[in-house]
Amino acid sequence: MRINDVILRTVTKIVVFIILTFGVYLFLSGHNTPGGGFIGGLVLASAFVLLYLSSDIESVQKSLPLDFKMVAAFGVLLATSTGFGSLLLGVPFLSQTFAYFDLPIFGKTELTTVTIFEAGVALAVVGVVVTIILSISEDE
Amino acid sequence: METLIIILIGILTAVATYLILSRNIIRVILGTAVFSHAVHLLILTMGGLKKGSVPLLKEADAPYTDALPQALILTAIVISFAVTAFILVLAYRAYQDLGSDDLHALRGTNDE
Amino acid sequence: MNNIIVLPLILPIMVGVLLVFLRPYIRLQRIISLLTMIGVACISVYILNRIQTEGIMRLDFGGWKPPFGILFVADSFSALLVLTASVVTAICLIYAFSSIGERHERMFFYPFILFLVAGVNGSFLTGDLFNLFVCFEVMLLASYVLVTLGGEKAQLRESIKYVVINILSSWFFLVALAYLYGTVGTLNMAHISERVAEAGQGPLLTTVSILFLIVFSLKAGLLLFFWLPGSYSAPPTVIAALFGALLTKVGIYALFRTFTLIFYHEPSITHNLIGIMAGITLIVGCMGAVAYKDVRQIASYNVVIAVGFMLIGLAVGTQTSLEGSIYYIIHDMIAKAMLFLLVGTMIVLTGVTKFDQMSGLIRNYPLFSWMFFVVTCSLAGIPPLSGFVGKVLVGQGAIENGSYVLVALAFISSVVVLYSLLRIFLNSIFGETIISPEDELPLKKGLLIPIVLLGIGTISLGLEAEVLSSYVSDAANTLFNPSIYIDAVLSGNK
Repeated sequence: MRINDVILRTVTKIVVFIILTFGVYLFLSGHNTPGGGFIGGLVLASAFVLLYLSSDIESVQKSLPLDFKMVAAFGVLLATSTGFGSLLLGVPFLSQTFAYFDLPIFGKTELTTVTIFEAGVALAVVGVVVTIILSISEDE
Repeated sequence: METLIIILIGILTAVATYLILSRNIIRVILGTAVFSHAVHLLILTMGGLKKGSVPLLKEADAPYTDALPQALILTAIVISFAVTAFILVLAYRAYQDLGSDDLHALRGTNDE
Repeated sequence: MNNIIVLPLILPIMVGVLLVFLRPYIRLQRIISLLTMIGVACISVYILNRIQTEGIMRLDFGGWKPPFGILFVADSFSALLVLTASVVTAICLIYAFSSIGERHERMFFYPFILFLVAGVNGSFLTGDLFNLFVCFEVMLLASYVLVTLGGEKAQLRESIKYVVINILSSWFFLVALAYLYGTVGTLNMAHISERVAEAGQGPLLTTVSILFLIVFSLKAGLLLFFWLPGSYSAPPTVIAALFGALLTKVGIYALFRTFTLIFYHEPSITHNLIGIMAGITLIVGCMGAVAYKDVRQIASYNVVIAVGFMLIGLAVGTQTSLEGSIYYIIHDMIAKAMLFLLVGTMIVLTGVTKFDQMSGLIRNYPLFSWMFFVVTCSLAGIPPLSGFVGKVLVGQGAIENGSYVLVALAFISSVVVLYSLLRIFLNSIFGETIISPEDELPLKKGLLIPIVLLGIGTISLGLEAEVLSSYVSDAANTLFNPSIYIDAVLSGNK
């Protein structure tokens, strides 16, 4: 039996994009203002959880064929390898560096290695949270 | 202010202790969650509830609060989140396999 | 640049994550995980030797100078423990290859073993009390998964208790950290030590130290070991062996570190308390080891006895006794892994868990049975095996200090250890064989080789104790003189 959830589904279609955008914004703003990989990742994960809630697990997995365990593992790998990179360059572990670049559209932009680390954190959080929710909700 | 928060922490700890001593495993898990909230508040209070600006680079002119307790709490929250999620799944699996969520029934015997 | 001392933590984590991607390729997972552990062991040998020439090594993460940043510190004590832990894990992995089964291997067994080792190594190497908490949690989360892996009924039942107890002790850890931060305003261990020394260890700090004592005792199984026998006898043999060898040692390491580096000003309160707790642990552990007939329970209670013994060294607190305890920790990691592997193999071979139902294993498996004899002698401290040096030094230190009660308890406990294991030996290994040649299960080489390797380890550790002696005395010297550690951490020139 399926409950009548037209409103939930319609709203989800729009809201998911808002949440995703907000998540990316939080993630990018985390360098000097509140935000960051962990919070951004949590918000992104909540978008995925909303998707799973509004439609069933199978149909989401059909259109989004991602193994979230692998996403989490990739995130951890990305985060640790940025730390590992500093080993190769002979600076203390987890050192960071940044520089300013003139990019075509954005103008003068600060790019830093922390963002890669934070991206790893965000991916790990998304992967872990969705995996947890899925493993609790799976009922055979 | 500190005194108030300490009293709040005491109440939270009392509630958590009560929950964790019960036989129902979900209550025990809820108890551990309340415990972790209590200790997060404790760390914050122990760091000192000073009034200052946010510890961010752009607003660093004014005296700012100690950022370390917040970093510690964030780490502790992440860890307690992971542990709580794990024990929830574990309790669910145990309920499915053992057919009980009563800790007395889960005591088990030595001859197995 | 001292980046190398982060490798024992980061290498297992990265390889563990890589293995998640290699889930279907079990052979590859086995090879990679074994190579990683051997690699970490080699790295720790290198670190250990560099410490002897250059003094304590320190790595400031991200270039943040102490006491502001987080850091790793490697002194001889931690490097020795990292080395032993890595070697024992490598040997246990060999045992796992032919015992754990494909179902477990597919459920990310090797990644979690590596995460466990990362947490253990991180706890040994960190120089920051909050990082110690984080590394504990890494180790504990991996251990939660390993306890439940496979999902047997007994495992699920025991693991709930194990997880809840550990959540509670982590909670106490955070409370203790909060009070300590509120009192001294720093979390860097060397800096805390300096501040405590400046301000004097008043009643407040002593209370905080007792809170830490409770936390680490729960982890180490000192007095508060009620959770230990159940959770160590539920999981598969190799996991129980790793737990028996590594997990309690991390708690013991933390006790040694905090009570020699930070809270050493009030030995009449804290160290006496540790001594009393160690004494009671020995007595109750001995009762448990004699009372049970289930061989896994006996092995678990032997862990408890060893914990009590090691902490006598700390309670006495002379340089000799600390040296003895360090020897004993190294010996115990090897010997306990061996004991758990032997006991687990016995259960697999005979299909029963109580020793009075087994008999005559020596006719079927002679080498295996002699290995049991080796571990019995080693744990009882019979020369020339590895337990001897540690026991003698701890005893010597305790006599110097006039702690005759503890000496008596320690040596009575050795006799009880000998008795509890000889009982297994006489009943199940000697005697009439009950396994007819047709029913005899072949003992796989993959199960025997690791046990023999550990046996060689404990024999050579006993015979070649001089090789280690310079490292161990350096480690004890650093523990006994906290200023060496503090100077190495807080001097800003590196």
